[in-house]
Amino acid sequence: MDMKVAKKKLGLKEKYRLMTRDLGWEPTYRAKDEVFPYVNYEGIKVHDWDKWEDPFRLTMDSYWKYQAEKERKFYAIIDAHAQNNGHLNITDARYLSALKIFLQAISPGEYAAHKGFARVGREFPGVGTQVACQMQAIDEIRHAQTQIHALSNYNKYYDGFHAFADARDRIWYTSVARSFFDDAMSAGPFEFMIAIGFSFEYVLTNLLFVPFMSGAAYNGDMATVTFGFSAQSDEARHMTLGLECIKFMLEQDPDNLPIVQGWLDKWFWRGFRVLGLVSTMMDYMLPKRVMSWREAWEIYGVENGGALFKDLARYGIRPPKGWDDAEKAIDHMSHQFMLGLYQWSFGTSFHSWIPSDEDMDWLSAKYPTTFDKYYRPRWDHIRKLAAAGTPFKNFGLAKLCQTCQLPVVFTEPDDATMSCHRETEYKGEKYHFCSDGCQHIFDNEPEKYVQAWLPMPSLFQELDGDIGAWMNWVSLRDGEDNGDYSGSRDQRNFDQWRGMATSNT
Amino acid sequence: MTVAAIKEYVGVPRDRVENFNGKQLVYVSWDHHLLFAAPFLLCLAPQTSFRELVEGPLTALVQPDPDSAAIDWTKVEWLKSNQPWMPDFERSLADNGIGHKDQIRMRTPGLASLSAAA
Repeated sequence: MDMKVAKKKLGLKEKYRLMTRDLGWEPTYRAKDEVFPYVNYEGIKVHDWDKWEDPFRLTMDSYWKYQAEKERKFYAIIDAHAQNNGHLNITDARYLSALKIFLQAISPGEYAAHKGFARVGREFPGVGTQVACQMQAIDEIRHAQTQIHALSNYNKYYDGFHAFADARDRIWYTSVARSFFDDAMSAGPFEFMIAIGFSFEYVLTNLLFVPFMSGAAYNGDMATVTFGFSAQSDEARHMTLGLECIKFMLEQDPDNLPIVQGWLDKWFWRGFRVLGLVSTMMDYMLPKRVMSWREAWEIYGVENGGALFKDLARYGIRPPKGWDDAEKAIDHMSHQFMLGLYQWSFGTSFHSWIPSDEDMDWLSAKYPTTFDKYYRPRWDHIRKLAAAGTPFKNFGLAKLCQTCQLPVVFTEPDDATMSCHRETEYKGEKYHFCSDGCQHIFDNEPEKYVQAWLPMPSLFQELDGDIGAWMNWVSLRDGEDNGDYSGSRDQRNFDQWRGMATSNT
Repeated sequence: MTVAAIKEYVGVPRDRVENFNGKQLVYVSWDHHLLFAAPFLLCLAPQTSFRELVEGPLTALVQPDPDSAAIDWTKVEWLKSNQPWMPDFERSLADNGIGHKDQIRMRTPGLASLSAAA
């Protein structure tokens, strides 16, 4: 008699094994070094690739299922947001400056991360690694797309969103994020993993995403909250990949420790600089603030980061070299950036403004040792200049750091009244830096950083200093996208439309 | 130190002086006057006299600071590459030894309207 035997359902672990079993073949007619030519030159010694496990063991079919589900939810909410004039639910159109910076500088970074992971997924020999990197590559391109789609709705109503791709390629402040990713992508696969997989995704990402998404929620921006959640659920996988990578390197050979430590020092500082603008978003750009940058740093930097480096101490890893300088900068950086953004706002594709009395009182409460002492007098003076009809515009342009490419707005770690001046000479050329951290990075690999395309010097090289021609080139519409929020078209439109939505006049 | 690479790695600097159409870059900043968020970037001909730099772009740029009217240019203390240094106002940038991408700092002891009380 025939018995009906139920087909045995495969467990996830089994599925994963079947999915990857044919990927790790031994090449027969080519040497392994030819197939994977980039895994040795960085000096990382690996004895057993099988030790790099992919702890998620996500198979492709379940990966597509999860992601498709998230996409469906995401686009349903984005559609609802568009149809219900969700843009009028935000607290104030000043909030949009944070989104504009995000779209111009960070979303392209997601795309760059996609390219980077697609590449290292090919360059690493281990099968688990290849699969995890490939999935992360797909995640990253999805993040870039969902962010662009979510924010495109604001482009129908507000200035500064229309040319984010030109801004990404050409406008001065985006070269900071671009150079960060270019630096990582032009490094070898292991350094890339430390740069993006570990330092950015693990050590620093919470400082970006958590404040950003809670900022969006606090300020009524459901579109951004939605792409945030949709991306955040991938981050657990990304963080695990980054942490897995660093542990793998450290466990494979003791000689790997100094190389890994050097990368940690470098990429912590680069990441700290590139995420510095988040401080300004938190302290100045959110009409309704979540917490101060200082408070966020305490939670996500000091507590979480501190615990992480304690955990890694058993491998001989110490906290990154720039950690103490970072700590000293926390109470200053948001103010230093915002003062810069305001005085150069003729050249930004977003608005900035002079903080109100209420804003300044909040800032002095959150920064009791620095704001009133150093920064309030400057804002008071800037306000006087504006009231006198001579608003402050700094047409001097700015000295940029050769490494991080930020304007040198920073002060000495132990003296907030002194600009940080650092310079060096290499092969007869002078180079300037914003900090010891950035100078160390340059000194370690000068041949890499001498090639930096610095936007301010380039303005003189290529356009003879003609700001109008430069605005055309970066697709910045003078008088619309740039300048003070007060009196801007964004302000006028938002106030008018919101008035129409909430009253009868 | 060298860049880890699979073959010889040579970088070409992007901002060499010959790329500036006969001009050069000079960075100028005013110590303890941080109303100006970063040192100024100027692009000038090397034949420009130091006086022209001071009375032209520099005077215009520092104008928003409340101390600017009180600057006595004959008493300003100067630094070049962070070392004390004395410019000759009548001579050119080149004759003053101000090279491409040099950083000049000015100090005006006693003037500190917007600076924190020490």
